Amino acid sequence: MSASLSEQGFCEKEAKESPLDVAENQWKEDYAKQIGDNNQDIKNMSGITVEPLYTPDNIKDTDAYLKQSGYPGQFPYTRGIYSTMHRGKTWTQRQLVGLGTPADYNKRVRTMLELGANAISLLPCNSGFRGVDCDVVPLPLLGTCGTVVNNVDHMDTCLEQVPIDQISAAMNDPSPFTLFAFMLNVAKRRGISWDKITGTSNQSDYISHFVANHMFYRLSLAGSRRVLVDHIEFCREHVPNWNPMSVVGQHIQQTGATLAETVGFTLSSAIQHAEDCLARGMDPDEILPRFTFFFDVSINFFEEVAKFRAARRIWARIARDRLGAKDPKSWRLKFHAQTSGVDLTAQQPLNNIARTAVQAMAGIFGGLQSMHTDAYDEPFTTPTAKTAKIAVATQNILREEAHLCDVIDPLGGSYYIERLTDQMEEEALVVMAKIDAAGGMYKAVEVGLVQTMCGESSMANQELIESGKKRIVGVNCYQDEEEEKIEVETTRPDPVLMQKHIDEFKEFKKNRSEDAVAKALDNLTRAANSDDENVFASVVEATGVGVTHGEIISCLRAELGFGHPLIVA
Amino acid sequence: MEKVFPNITDIPARALITKIGFDGHDRGSRIVAAYLRDAGMEVIYTPPWQEIEAVVQLALQEDVDLIGISSLATDHLIVPELMQKLSDAGLSEIEVFIGGIIPEQERPMLIEAGLGGIFGPGSSREEIVECAQRLAATARLRKQQAMAVAS
Repeated sequence: MSASLSEQGFCEKEAKESPLDVAENQWKEDYAKQIGDNNQDIKNMSGITVEPLYTPDNIKDTDAYLKQSGYPGQFPYTRGIYSTMHRGKTWTQRQLVGLGTPADYNKRVRTMLELGANAISLLPCNSGFRGVDCDVVPLPLLGTCGTVVNNVDHMDTCLEQVPIDQISAAMNDPSPFTLFAFMLNVAKRRGISWDKITGTSNQSDYISHFVANHMFYRLSLAGSRRVLVDHIEFCREHVPNWNPMSVVGQHIQQTGATLAETVGFTLSSAIQHAEDCLARGMDPDEILPRFTFFFDVSINFFEEVAKFRAARRIWARIARDRLGAKDPKSWRLKFHAQTSGVDLTAQQPLNNIARTAVQAMAGIFGGLQSMHTDAYDEPFTTPTAKTAKIAVATQNILREEAHLCDVIDPLGGSYYIERLTDQMEEEALVVMAKIDAAGGMYKAVEVGLVQTMCGESSMANQELIESGKKRIVGVNCYQDEEEEKIEVETTRPDPVLMQKHIDEFKEFKKNRSEDAVAKALDNLTRAANSDDENVFASVVEATGVGVTHGEIISCLRAELGFGHPLIVA
Repeated sequence: MEKVFPNITDIPARALITKIGFDGHDRGSRIVAAYLRDAGMEVIYTPPWQEIEAVVQLALQEDVDLIGISSLATDHLIVPELMQKLSDAGLSEIEVFIGGIIPEQERPMLIEAGLGGIFGPGSSREEIVECAQRLAATARLRKQQAMAVAS
């Protein structure tokens, strides 16, 4: 390049700042402001200073970069939703816990908090998912896969000495969200105002249950839709820092959808939920900042990273251009990821620790906000305290030792990753166009379109495994005939303590005010049958006077319909 | 004239594939149902969450030779109860097998209850189909013997 040309370029730059410079300066300013005391020089082992971000300045300037990638914390968020990303704040360690009685849960969750987890997550017993209380369930099935939480007292015990105004909580409980209603009543008992309550109604996306996670599905499709919108509306008014909407990609991916299909289906679901809220008269900028996403992260490393980058870009454009949101907070796709149990094997189970580490890395490079890592004994049992500790340690090692968080979106700019991100976006948009053509996600699942597509992808995957084309260490290659059986500990809840829990629950039911219960159930019935009342508000009220989980659900099933998932062979 | 029974093995074996208890993970039961169907069996498939009494009723009404239970989340713990109820209903000639997450320590209890097969993750299509066919043949032989005795 001649000197005069470069000089000319320099003059032009002086005269008018290019859009890229504007964006860059904006990011620098935001970064400096937000990183605050966390700003420290990082040098690698060779003494080279590691910058927080690498951009085309480090390679070659292009317009395409700004349009397709841009800077972190800026539209379309391909490189991350915050300007500092993991250099400023890593991620929330949110380990899913659910076992035994509320006292068992409380003990485990306090241990996890001491070990470095900074958020809690509660998974109820399967009997709770089916909508029944413990007094009608065979004892051997209680508390083996989740905690038995049937009333406000149980939740109070679960959260004993857990500062619920300071940590973020995830309640894994679908429509009608009784666990969250219990928690709000616990806050009331403790004199904690509801605007201090943060966290997520995890997996509140009923569409995903109807299609893929059948065990969460318990009200009719139309009924679930109604209660979800009520729930979002209630939280908008009364629990403003809670995320009532958690759009789920995990179930659909685990049921067999490809990664690109997962992006397409999940974002189509998000559009459906958002448009349902808009139809109710809500403003996009009031609700979208409280939308969160929950994804599976599998061992397909680069494809996963590209999946998350593509999903962020598509969502930013949809939120702004289709849903009409004006607040940048509405454009940000923030997500929790759980390392995929599907990739873990029963053969040579200790290998699962390595698999989980790779999955977790894909999630970190994908820019997650919150993570759960699976324990290696997942193919056999609900994690024991010992194996759950290793899962947490895996996150700690990746965060503290491996320097994964020094640079924002460190894979951005890789020719492969950028190309793959574009391709994943294209594929996902094709899926979304199909869903739109079918009349939106609600209609598409009602007629089984999504289920059929998932089934085909699932079968194709199974055939790859059976034919040996997809290689799985210890399963269809590198089998170890001499494999030593490792002792997998299976802990079952103590039957004596569980029986005591049931007895106390029966006693509680005897001693509560029958009048108050009857009145609350009457109100709930009335709310369910009126378009002007909020069903979730009635759930909160009813649980506050001692109505149980099972009673709420059987009432709503009678009024709003008992749902069966649509199973397409 | 000698009475001629149709040869029971000339008609396809009948298998009921189902899930009891509260878990809803049904990918496994659907895949096994497809395996058995492709292997030529007549498969009666149910969604998850069946009550034990309902499974016994269905087995009786559909005259099945074999029941396959899928269990991912500890529903195997109530399988002994299913075995007992089948026997109480006079259906003990039916064979039962299970697939899913069954911890090693809890297998003896299931074998003792009379289960014909236990399949963990990574089991091959061939193993599953071979076992199902063998169990179905055993059940049919028992039924045929019972019919012969009755006549």
